[in-house]
Amino acid sequence: MGMTMTQKILASHAGLPSVEAGQLIMARLDLVLGNDITSPVAINEFDGNGFEKVFDNTKIAMVMDHFVPNKDIKAAQQTKQCRTFAKSFGIKNYYDVGEMGVEHALIPEKGLAAPGDLIIGADSHTCTYGALGAFSTGIGSTDMAAGMATGKGWFKVPSAIKFTLTGELQKGVSGKDVILYIIGKIGVDGALYRSMEFTGSGLRSLTMDDRFTMANMAIEAGAKNGIFDVDENTLEYIKGRVDREYTVYKADADAVYDEEYVINLGEIVPTVACPHLPENTKPASELHDIIPDQVVIGSCTNGRISDMRKAAEILKGKKVAKDIRCIVIPATQAVYKECIKLGYMDIFIDAGCAVSTPTCGPCLGGYMGILADDEIAVATTNRNFVGRMGAKSSKIYLASPEVAAATAVAGHIVSPEEV
Amino acid sequence: MNVKGTVHKYGDNVDTDVIIPARYLNTADHKELAAHCMEDIDADFVNKVKKGDIIVGGANFGCGSSREHAPIAIKESGVSCVIASTFARIFYRNSINIGLAILECKEASEKINDGDEVEVDFDTGVIRNLTKSEEYKAQPFPEFIKKIIAANGLLNSLK
Repeated sequence: MGMTMTQKILASHAGLPSVEAGQLIMARLDLVLGNDITSPVAINEFDGNGFEKVFDNTKIAMVMDHFVPNKDIKAAQQTKQCRTFAKSFGIKNYYDVGEMGVEHALIPEKGLAAPGDLIIGADSHTCTYGALGAFSTGIGSTDMAAGMATGKGWFKVPSAIKFTLTGELQKGVSGKDVILYIIGKIGVDGALYRSMEFTGSGLRSLTMDDRFTMANMAIEAGAKNGIFDVDENTLEYIKGRVDREYTVYKADADAVYDEEYVINLGEIVPTVACPHLPENTKPASELHDIIPDQVVIGSCTNGRISDMRKAAEILKGKKVAKDIRCIVIPATQAVYKECIKLGYMDIFIDAGCAVSTPTCGPCLGGYMGILADDEIAVATTNRNFVGRMGAKSSKIYLASPEVAAATAVAGHIVSPEEV
Repeated sequence: MNVKGTVHKYGDNVDTDVIIPARYLNTADHKELAAHCMEDIDADFVNKVKKGDIIVGGANFGCGSSREHAPIAIKESGVSCVIASTFARIFYRNSINIGLAILECKEASEKINDGDEVEVDFDTGVIRNLTKSEEYKAQPFPEFIKKIIAANGLLNSLK
């Protein structure tokens, strides 16, 4: 029986000729990732269980991004604990203030994820690296501790849903709209325990940033991972970033899928997920009566340079509507610098936006843009759960950078072509 | 192994942000986390939960963030078992990894009401509703997972 792309990566890392859905395996890990919130729990477990060394100090990454630069004393203590651990074990890929970025934008940018890798991260959006043709999945702190100690992890081999993409995106539509459209179609548990494998002629029209955004939100459909075929765009992206050997896997022609969806990218319109689940999707053009108090452009979903460019193109020469607070957060230092170099920073500030150093900040209700009672946000982030960005009665509408920027200018939700 | 307790019942898609809001994630202290368990879905939960109680949810319980703080807060609250029709996968493996018992059972999820007294036998997967005198059958854990829970978590099982 043929294997999916995910199954092939898992089999090779488990040292097995083949695996099948449902099988429990122990597999070798290429990278173990944690952040300033999940690493402390892992470090406590690691220390508490008497582990004295890490399996490989070059294959562990710790990125201080959630509440960093430290939002309060407790957050500072947690970062300090990570910093001390990283120093004492010589963790090579430890990223703190000044170098850090939002982890899932930073890891690919630094070349730490490559096609065919098996990556676990104590952050649910670790599935982002599937954009590069890697198997990457979110796990918890205990798995992170075990991974740091042994270099191995346990997995139940997933079955898969195949998404065959055809056609081309319309102007003003990007990866965010595609993934919101898909989640709207299959639901927040539509891919539960399974892989979402993206293939087809439509891939050509998706930039790497589009793919990162889509793989990033596979977890929002309950998926174990999202993964893309490797093509010229992927190889172009990793050129000059990944300086080690990697393997490109392709699904077998006779691989078995639970379901298959054929999606014509040309039919997708700017899409928004309404409170309080990412599956509550509607076309942006039908939500004109939604007047946000805050617009957030950034996050591991949409804080990359092309997201900044899309927002800047819309905000250029315009002003953010009165009574809207617009917060722009480039996801990494490199993106931040590029925004300065390309003049986006001037555009954002002249339009009346606040621009922040990289941080997850408001996405998870940490800081840097918390909502008060009954306030509404339009955000390029990934979750619109109850209380996610602040007060329990606040509401979040998830959208693309184009929709978010257009909304900031118009003063209510609009489709980008409407401004 | 058997557990018995009073049920706290919730609906579908109980996410980890309502189980333990991120505003409390600036600590890894189990007791501090438990003090805010379920705060954004049931502010009274911490006052009414008793040792041994059972949480019953609908589909996709524990969806969202990978924060292990969520099952930690539930376990530290004294909850002996979580039953749902389905679990989000990271929450599922986190629970097993920290030794919090969880069972998937659609029938139990649908028929058990808030406040019911329920008894669970992990060896057989039988869930007994003592209030309604009903029995539901969940799939018992595979050996691999039983070993982790019996060792009170993954790291203990690796020793």
